[in-house]
Amino acid sequence: MIPLQAAVIGLVAVGALAVVLTRDLVRLTMASSLYALLLVVLFLVLQAPDVALSELVVGVVGFPLAIVVAISLERKG
Amino acid sequence: MSRPHRLGLFAVSAAGLTALLLWGVAGLPDFGHYRGPYGFVLNASAPGERHVTNVVAAVVFDYRGFDTLGEEFILFASVMGVALLLRDVRDGAGRRGDAMRSDAVRLVGLGFAGVLLLTGLYVVAHGYLTPGGGFQGGVVVAAAFVLVYLAGEYRGYRRLTPIVVMDVSEGSGAGGYAVIGIVSLLLGSAFLHNFGPLGTGGTLAAGGSIAFLNVATALEVTAAFVLLFTEFLEELSAVRAGARS
Repeated sequence: MIPLQAAVIGLVAVGALAVVLTRDLVRLTMASSLYALLLVVLFLVLQAPDVALSELVVGVVGFPLAIVVAISLERKG
Repeated sequence: MSRPHRLGLFAVSAAGLTALLLWGVAGLPDFGHYRGPYGFVLNASAPGERHVTNVVAAVVFDYRGFDTLGEEFILFASVMGVALLLRDVRDGAGRRGDAMRSDAVRLVGLGFAGVLLLTGLYVVAHGYLTPGGGFQGGVVVAAAFVLVYLAGEYRGYRRLTPIVVMDVSEGSGAGGYAVIGIVSLLLGSAFLHNFGPLGTGGTLAAGGSIAFLNVATALEVTAAFVLLFTEFLEELSAVRAGARS
């Protein structure tokens, strides 16, 4: 494992911890989006650009968007 | 269970999990030392056999095209389920206008929507040349439409993505993928076996039926994500209208 990969894996671990420890739902959504972005970087560093692109569109954009809409549905309803 | 007990249980299981993880990671092959034969076989044969430079696309839309058919229909069925559930509950209430008042947000949002649309189409079109393809590019194209909404142009968003057109696109994307497979059968080969001119590797005119399957997937994924977002959005505005009255 080269140092760059180790550093990114460390960042992903920190991101995962942040997601687990966040309690507020909106912040949690942002945290999980950032965590997904860190995963994208990890996949890029591991030379898997196709998987990185999929993670980018689903994890960073699609999933948080659905959650944000669901949260605001819940709050207005 | 009391707090010390829970903490003790957590400490034991966390230590066990950490040990297992470290053991597993230590046993991984080094980076770049892939052990299986399958990847090497594909890397060696796909560019020659299918004239594509992105071997992942050759796997997804050709060698393992049948798996992708299943994935297409998973997405199709789940979006269909969301639409059936939400459209049935809603009774057309809750139309709303554009709420965004900031010209700067509108300008930047709409400006980037065009760039994003072009990026998405690029990612779709070059799926079998460079990383990307129908799935990833399709979501980017859908995100471009969503950006129009986020810029405050609700009416523009609805005019760009009429539900009827999106329904038809989603169905024809998923159905078209299966039809391409049946064309393979009619041509006398296996289901979803590559057909059509293979063209020149490294150009857009390459890959035979990979290009068609790529476009069918892009159509299905774009429409699926737009529909999903629209259904949630309509539901939200219906709930808001209900809360006001």
